[in-house]
Amino acid sequence: MGDVELIGDEEVEVVATLNGKPLKRRAKARQHLADFLRQELELTGTHLGCEHGICGACTVLIDGRTARGCLTLTAQISGKSVETIEGLSDNGRLAELQQEFIARNAAQCGFCSSGMLLTAYELVQGGEKLSRSEIREHISGNMCRCTGYHAIVDAIEAVLAKGLR
Amino acid sequence: MASPAASTTGIGARIPRRELKRLLAGHGRYIDDIRLSRMLHAYFVRSPHPHAKLVSIDVQRASRAPGVAGVLTAVEINPRCEPFVGVALHRAGHRSAPQRLFAAERAVWQGQPAAIVLADSRAEAEDAAELVEIEWQPLPVVADQFQAIAPGAPVIHHGMPDNLAFDFTLEQGEPAKAFAEADVVIEEELRFERQMAMTLEPRGLIADFNPSDGSLTVIHAHQSPFQMQEIFANYLGIPEHKVRVVAPDIGGGFGLKLNVHCDEIATVVASVIFGRPVKFCVDRLESFVSDAQARDHRIKCRIGCKRTGEITAMEIDDIGAVGAYGMPMRFNVAEGMMAVVMTGAPYLFNSYKARTRSVYVNKNLIGMYRGVGMPLACIVGELLTDLAAHELGIDTVEFKRRNYRPKSTLPCVTPGGQRLETVSFHECLERLVGLMDYDKLRREQRELRERGIHRGIGIGTFCEQTAYGPPYYGPSGAAISTQDGCTLRLEPSGSVRCLTSLTDQGQGTLTAVAQIVAETLGIPVDDVSVAGNDSAISTYGGGAWASRGTAVGGEAALRASTILKENILSLASAITQTPADELSLANGQVINSKTGLSVISLAEVGRIGYFRQDTLPKDFDVQLSVNASFVANDKPYYMANGVQASYVEVDTDTGFIRLLGQWAVDDCGRVVNPLLVDEQVRGGTVQGIGAVLFEECIYSEDANLLNGTMADYLVPMAYEMPDIVVSHVETPETSTRLGAKGIGEAGLIGAMGAVWVAVNDALRPLGARITHQPFTPERVLDALARAKLR
Repeated sequence: MGDVELIGDEEVEVVATLNGKPLKRRAKARQHLADFLRQELELTGTHLGCEHGICGACTVLIDGRTARGCLTLTAQISGKSVETIEGLSDNGRLAELQQEFIARNAAQCGFCSSGMLLTAYELVQGGEKLSRSEIREHISGNMCRCTGYHAIVDAIEAVLAKGLR
Repeated sequence: MASPAASTTGIGARIPRRELKRLLAGHGRYIDDIRLSRMLHAYFVRSPHPHAKLVSIDVQRASRAPGVAGVLTAVEINPRCEPFVGVALHRAGHRSAPQRLFAAERAVWQGQPAAIVLADSRAEAEDAAELVEIEWQPLPVVADQFQAIAPGAPVIHHGMPDNLAFDFTLEQGEPAKAFAEADVVIEEELRFERQMAMTLEPRGLIADFNPSDGSLTVIHAHQSPFQMQEIFANYLGIPEHKVRVVAPDIGGGFGLKLNVHCDEIATVVASVIFGRPVKFCVDRLESFVSDAQARDHRIKCRIGCKRTGEITAMEIDDIGAVGAYGMPMRFNVAEGMMAVVMTGAPYLFNSYKARTRSVYVNKNLIGMYRGVGMPLACIVGELLTDLAAHELGIDTVEFKRRNYRPKSTLPCVTPGGQRLETVSFHECLERLVGLMDYDKLRREQRELRERGIHRGIGIGTFCEQTAYGPPYYGPSGAAISTQDGCTLRLEPSGSVRCLTSLTDQGQGTLTAVAQIVAETLGIPVDDVSVAGNDSAISTYGGGAWASRGTAVGGEAALRASTILKENILSLASAITQTPADELSLANGQVINSKTGLSVISLAEVGRIGYFRQDTLPKDFDVQLSVNASFVANDKPYYMANGVQASYVEVDTDTGFIRLLGQWAVDDCGRVVNPLLVDEQVRGGTVQGIGAVLFEECIYSEDANLLNGTMADYLVPMAYEMPDIVVSHVETPETSTRLGAKGIGEAGLIGAMGAVWVAVNDALRPLGARITHQPFTPERVLDALARAKLR
């Protein structure tokens, strides 16, 4: 290589839980979690819209809380439990939200949906009664360029209403 | 057509986009989700200067970096592609310099590509790109439209006399006389900053040239695979039948992914040179410096009215800064032309004067983005008429009632040359007034003003050219197809496969097509599969852009399914020995039209049609795969219309604007799927609100982009956005059987007009006016400060 020096190419061992299953992999120290999921594990349901923490497309759950996959280094997930759109779809925990989103066409291109659903999931887990404005505030870290948000708020409201019955 | 009762999933049914179940489970396949074997990753080295001489370029170190397969510059890339000359042949005097893929001797916009690095991974390509050494010598910059046309301005393109790309004037009636005779003349200067389409998924493609047979497959996140097939074939010299362009799932288009970007073409060239697949997926930071941008207009406009309330004349003088070149295939005259031909279209008046100029500046190209110039026309017309109405002491709704073009005047041609046939301004307005409870809001507004709370009501009326036809694009010389096609095949099981030339970036065009087919053939929509997005396998067509998918591709689907229906009935007639005219289709059965009873199932027709032809008469011709293409040879567009209202509150201490309510009434002709249409309107509306309140590519005075991240470029997020009430008036297009017009851009156009007027309505009692978009808090406070000085 000679004149070329790369920083962060060294590998670290990552031991974590991913979608309920044990994960043990080596990952590049500089690789962020979303790239790791997408490129190394082919879990391409986690999307990248900005890679600087604004758009929320890469949202995953780490120990049950939403986190930006693009702002989290893979190395940081060691000892933690990560859940992605694939895991939460497969185990059915997103089913109600997915159903209400789809019924209202609360997604068009679908690119924001993984992140939006996970953010909504965190919200409905709380089980509180929330106003539309409060729902809007909670999802304000997730950009959707297609829907105008109205239908998304409707869908989340519907799931919250069911939980409160 | 089958009776409306034939199916609950056919035309008129509110069913969600059919891809959503897959997409919402994380099972989408977007461009960056796809990898091919031996695939290289591309990254571009771009000009950091808006205008600079490229003195030298050294790629030696970059070429030796880990994982790098090669680094190519203008020397290798440019000769492989014919230069683009974005000149519209039908626009007299339109000028553009030839555009090469890479900057060779000079870069004329910040972000123009100069080299492509190809490596085993994107990360390695990015690392290596930092090792490409380029010596740039900055040159004087032309940063905005007024500077561009000032005497002695540097001329961007050698060989052109000045920076003027296009100068168009239009005069109807007697505008000078009409203005002289007006009792009230209102004049304004408006400014629209540059903005971006900002699809959440940035641009991307994988080019896969196969050197052994000379074929090219491009998986391209693009709205028109056919357009790109034509470009790759003709500009790169590959036989057209060997080029296939396939669109994967796409994370939003909005016109951005209709443009021709040089870095995308260069990616294909790199694949040809290396004989390997090459992926180029733009990341967000790159999108800021490389995506075609939108708007950037300065407009002077005025209106003249009689004291009695009628409009005597309107005038608009637009100047748009279109970037360094004309956008290939789409030119750079569209925004200005749309603004001037559409201004005032909903209103009765005879005298009109309009001018638009497009000028070159050292900035990225202006391309297609939702609405093109139509929001500008809406804003000019609605702001001027609202101000005039107030000056005349007439309520703005009453002014519209008096001045809208009534149905009795249709068909007509507006002073801007727009043909109106089936528009419905008054019906839409009355629906809107009822939905929003206009009188109540006005009372509330008055009461709150007394308490120092400044709320505004704005109404945005618009016409929308949708679904362009060949009279629009044909004479331009661009190989843009405005037809679409549909192939249908009855499967032996009685279900139906549909292949359309359309694409779908989220609008739900393919769902609408499925509904049309299901309705016509009397089967549930779940029994229709639809494939599109592929230039190689369907009939030739346009794709989904310019609010055309359902209107044109839906009509083709209707025609194809009508043919298939006839063929099925004819076959059923032969099988059952029943006259075909006594048969029809419902619930997956061939039924007796009179009794409604099943005669034979579609599955049985399919079985016999494919496997037991031996039981049919010797000469019976079984045709269970059919094809139809559609275009209206004589129609430049289907004119849709609508009206929106905004209710806003302006905080005069902070300059913040809050949307309290938004109402939209649209007439897009026949509504194939009200759910999809409602959501198109809502999504467009929020993009329109974003444009007026937030979105701006901020450039320094010497054309350096200052806000190239999403932290600095604001887009609408959920919290700032209102709920949006949507309603429809349906006046079908009469020249098609389906009767649908487009809806894709309506929400954005109407919302921009409504918000502009509403904010100015709120500021009115303070003597302030804001005419510089976006309406940032700073600009609001400046407007208030100026008013105080007056």
